[in-house]
Amino acid sequence: MLDGTRIWLWGCRLAGALVLGFLLLPIFAIVPLSFNGGSILAYPLQGLSLKWYAAVVSTPRWLHAVANSLIVAISTVAIATPLGTLAALGLDRIRFPGKSLLMALLISPMIVPVIITAVGVYFFFAPLGLANSLAGLVLAHAVIAVPLVLVTVNASVSQLDKGLLRAAESLGAPPMTTFRRITIPLILPGIVSGTIFAFAASFDEVVIALMITGPGQKTLPRELLSGTRENLDPTVLAVASILIAISAGLLLLLTAVQQRSAKQNA
Amino acid sequence: MTTEIKRRRRAFGPNAVGIALVAPLALFLLATFFVPLGGMLFLSVDDRELGTVMPGTVAALAGWDGADLPPAAAFEAVGRDLVEARKAKIAGTAARRLGYESSTWRTLIQSTARALPRDTATVTDWKSTLIAADGAWGQRGIWQALANARGPLTGLYLRSALGLQGGQDSALYVNVLARTFAIALSATAICILLALPAASLLASVGQFTANLLMLALLLPLWTSVLVRSTSWLVILQKNGVFNQVLMGLGIIDAPLELVYNRIGVLIALTHILLPYAVLPLYASMKALPCSQMQAARSLGAGPLNAFFRIYLPQIVPGISAGGLLVFILALGYYVTPLLLGGQGDQMLPFYIAYNTLQALNWGLAAALASILLIATVILYALYVRLVGVQRVGV
Repeated sequence: MLDGTRIWLWGCRLAGALVLGFLLLPIFAIVPLSFNGGSILAYPLQGLSLKWYAAVVSTPRWLHAVANSLIVAISTVAIATPLGTLAALGLDRIRFPGKSLLMALLISPMIVPVIITAVGVYFFFAPLGLANSLAGLVLAHAVIAVPLVLVTVNASVSQLDKGLLRAAESLGAPPMTTFRRITIPLILPGIVSGTIFAFAASFDEVVIALMITGPGQKTLPRELLSGTRENLDPTVLAVASILIAISAGLLLLLTAVQQRSAKQNA
Repeated sequence: MTTEIKRRRRAFGPNAVGIALVAPLALFLLATFFVPLGGMLFLSVDDRELGTVMPGTVAALAGWDGADLPPAAAFEAVGRDLVEARKAKIAGTAARRLGYESSTWRTLIQSTARALPRDTATVTDWKSTLIAADGAWGQRGIWQALANARGPLTGLYLRSALGLQGGQDSALYVNVLARTFAIALSATAICILLALPAASLLASVGQFTANLLMLALLLPLWTSVLVRSTSWLVILQKNGVFNQVLMGLGIIDAPLELVYNRIGVLIALTHILLPYAVLPLYASMKALPCSQMQAARSLGAGPLNAFFRIYLPQIVPGISAGGLLVFILALGYYVTPLLLGGQGDQMLPFYIAYNTLQALNWGLAAALASILLIATVILYALYVRLVGVQRVGV
């Protein structure tokens, strides 16, 4: 009887561990291949080399794409973070029956498939001359990024101790001072987290980029998609590995921000 | 009394400030998201194209009952419209639109536009001129097509998308819809099956280990869908990592076909969606005291019996929330099937993009996108009912 339970338990755990391994597999399988000395995408590696990374850094096509991606992601954040933060602060003050519907509408770009946002924006932007421009891409990216800021900041605003605000008010602080000195510092971790989410959403996005950018505005994911479809070589894997490193870095940054704010709260 | 006033002040005062703070975002999304989506929905029934190229024809056919050939005025209108359209080099637009009714009309419009004399003053009898250009003008078919296409609204694109239009490939998009739902459903089922042991492992270890293992969920979740699809292509392709390992171990003699087919799409989609299934399941398992299972076991229930009778019913909310979320998300992937699937594994998003960028049939692209949008909205509403709007962010 006891053995049956044990086998069941450990079988479950082993299966769980295998599933987690499956989740990590693609990441750990391709990063080493980008350091391969040979050009074949298979193990064992034929010596270690940084030549594929050197190839990425010396190809104007990739560098141009990196620059475009950075411009777009930073501009996206510059629109999405203030809009999302203000709306989260506003939603916290609003009390009316339609509030959850309003919230659902404001975060709906998160649920609507990106391809739909992409074609909707494409049909809309094409007559306005925004279809083949970085400006159009930034606006569309801001649409998908802003709900991430809203949800994240909303979570930290709802945890905000309203007693502190009332205390500041009763001590004679004008509303703007209370906002600047009390509210902003307390929800800052939420704003920073939201900004990280928004940056990542734009930096990794390919479907909208595919729809509404011309040859002159190719972003890094768009070049990566072309590379994967047309010429899957170790250079492409080097770019993919760089993107993985950036994603992991953003994840670490996010974890650090959240742990610091948890410590402060405690 | 004073508390009543305070409550009222709190209810009214902050609302104005709150609305002012939400307004910029609401206006931004209205202009860049909701209006474009509304435009897209309208585009799926919009049929004003022919009216811009052949305005005289559209006007002349307005009173036609369709029983017999239209009056001579309609022939004249078609003739003059086509001559003008050819001069303005927009006859192709009319030809394309009529081609959606039947491909024969596309060539008819183009050849007639070319055959007509450039100088309309020389023509006295438009009816015989048109029929001389092509005998089809003497039959009702093309006139019916012109009448169908005269706008301003049409059900053509939605009918084509739903397979109600008739014609040789009328079942094309019904098959695509069925395939999209089938792939999404399979991926959802696999995800739930795999999420059960993963979530239970996370729920059964200590907090520190759980946080560490959580990284195995979050790292892939943070890695872009494109990068993960590329990785799976490298792993699963014919000379890829997986086949080489299996052949190196002597398990198989010839490489398995794992990409450009359904298997590749399902493996990659499962990988991409799995974290969304594990997280809600983990939350509902953590809320469950493990003493219940111990109690069931000590009362004599076998492990399977205890699992199915005690454990499973209590994590059903987590399963349905995760499953629904995975299903909604699975409907919308474009890049993954593009990279890992074959011709027969492309889902609805592929055909939306194809009709937008390659076939340039925006009406059909909008109709397909509208169907996907409506399906998503219905499922999303169901999801909000099930788990509440605050939990959407996972």
